[in-house]
Amino acid sequence: MKYLSEYRKSRDIPKVLQAIQARASRPWNIMEICGGQTHSIVKYGLDQALEGHIRLIHGPGCPVCVTPEQKIDAACTMALAHKVILCSYGDMLRVPGTKHDLLQAKAAGADIRLVHEPLEALNLARQNPEREVVFFAVGFETTAPVHAMLIHAAAQMKLKNFSLLLSHVLVPPALRYILEEPQCEVEAMLAAGHVCAVTGYQEYQDLAEVYGKPIVVTGFEALDILEGILMCVDLLEKGRIRVENQYRRAVTEEGNLGAQALVREIFREEDVPWRGLGTLPRSGLSLRKKYEDFDAELRFPGVRSGSLSLSPCRAGDVLKGFLHPVQCPFFGKTCTPDQPLGAPMVSSEGACMAYYEAREPMGGL
Amino acid sequence: MCLAIPGRILHLEEDDDLFKIGLVDFDGIRKKVVLNYVPEAEPGDYVIVHVGFAISRIHAGEAEKTFAYLKEILSDEIP
Repeated sequence: MKYLSEYRKSRDIPKVLQAIQARASRPWNIMEICGGQTHSIVKYGLDQALEGHIRLIHGPGCPVCVTPEQKIDAACTMALAHKVILCSYGDMLRVPGTKHDLLQAKAAGADIRLVHEPLEALNLARQNPEREVVFFAVGFETTAPVHAMLIHAAAQMKLKNFSLLLSHVLVPPALRYILEEPQCEVEAMLAAGHVCAVTGYQEYQDLAEVYGKPIVVTGFEALDILEGILMCVDLLEKGRIRVENQYRRAVTEEGNLGAQALVREIFREEDVPWRGLGTLPRSGLSLRKKYEDFDAELRFPGVRSGSLSLSPCRAGDVLKGFLHPVQCPFFGKTCTPDQPLGAPMVSSEGACMAYYEAREPMGGL
Repeated sequence: MCLAIPGRILHLEEDDDLFKIGLVDFDGIRKKVVLNYVPEAEPGDYVIVHVGFAISRIHAGEAEKTFAYLKEILSDEIP
């Protein structure tokens, strides 16, 4: 498959591995931010291949993982009590709220529909004018333009029965949070390629300078990640603090200006809570006043659950890179994808799920 | 969610009023994709597609540079 296979199965992969091993004068700590990159690393055994040479620390780039339990509670209530058609991406369905997950709500009679593409939710609203349709809009900057266009279209169509339950977060505030932790051992970062395809990487120049860490915008296939790591190693070895772009084929420094413009038109930045991390300043998106009609939490007020979760889940430490999933005491024992204690074990971009799938394919038998 | 894959635009479909739709080929699987965010893309171009929307056009010249860069640095290595 063009622009994919040649990066996944490249014959250069062993050579790049050797180059990294030869050039790293010590085991540098490199964090990959995006959960999609985490999955590639684990799936292709890149962490094992680099063991002893590079220490890969997994970052918080999993929007499903950081969605607060209260949002899941709100989704369940909207579906059960208000009888909306609740549309959601698949891997959100089994993430536990404070009491239930969406799949359990579905089993209890809620009209919950899995969508692969958000346009399906918009079309459902158009086709079912007598029903309220809520789309659980979860994502980072990669997905914000898509959700922005849904709102823009709904506004143009004057659609009355469509709203978004928003859980949108931003990468740079999470990076600041992690880099400011006193115990942070990260020395360089692989920035998320598709986030940067949208946002560009100018903002990362500031981050690199302020925190003194090289950052390489990196893709998702094995060759991409290894090349990104090699570029980090070269910068670290030379003591150079800058941002470089490995994912040149898809990312420019300015990013996608049209997408950025529509996101700015529809959304504003807000302080939001991140599951496992706490509230980070200006780290999330909410609808601007002009588009508030499309905010499901305003349309269906009083749906939030106030109770705190009592789950022993250690996701916070995993997301910050302090706890490796396989070292979590619950990993593979009381916490599995079928019965997760928290989000990273069920999300397609969760670090715990990545290790469980790759290393225990028989269910830990 | 960062999961996005490259596909080739085959042709443009009839416009919805609001959405510019193209038929995109993913190694044999063909799907309709919203192209509003890649106004410069034309049939034959490759785009990165995320949840049904193209978010970036692939630059063939830049893609080549990945391999050129690798060739350069790997040739520095002691075989």
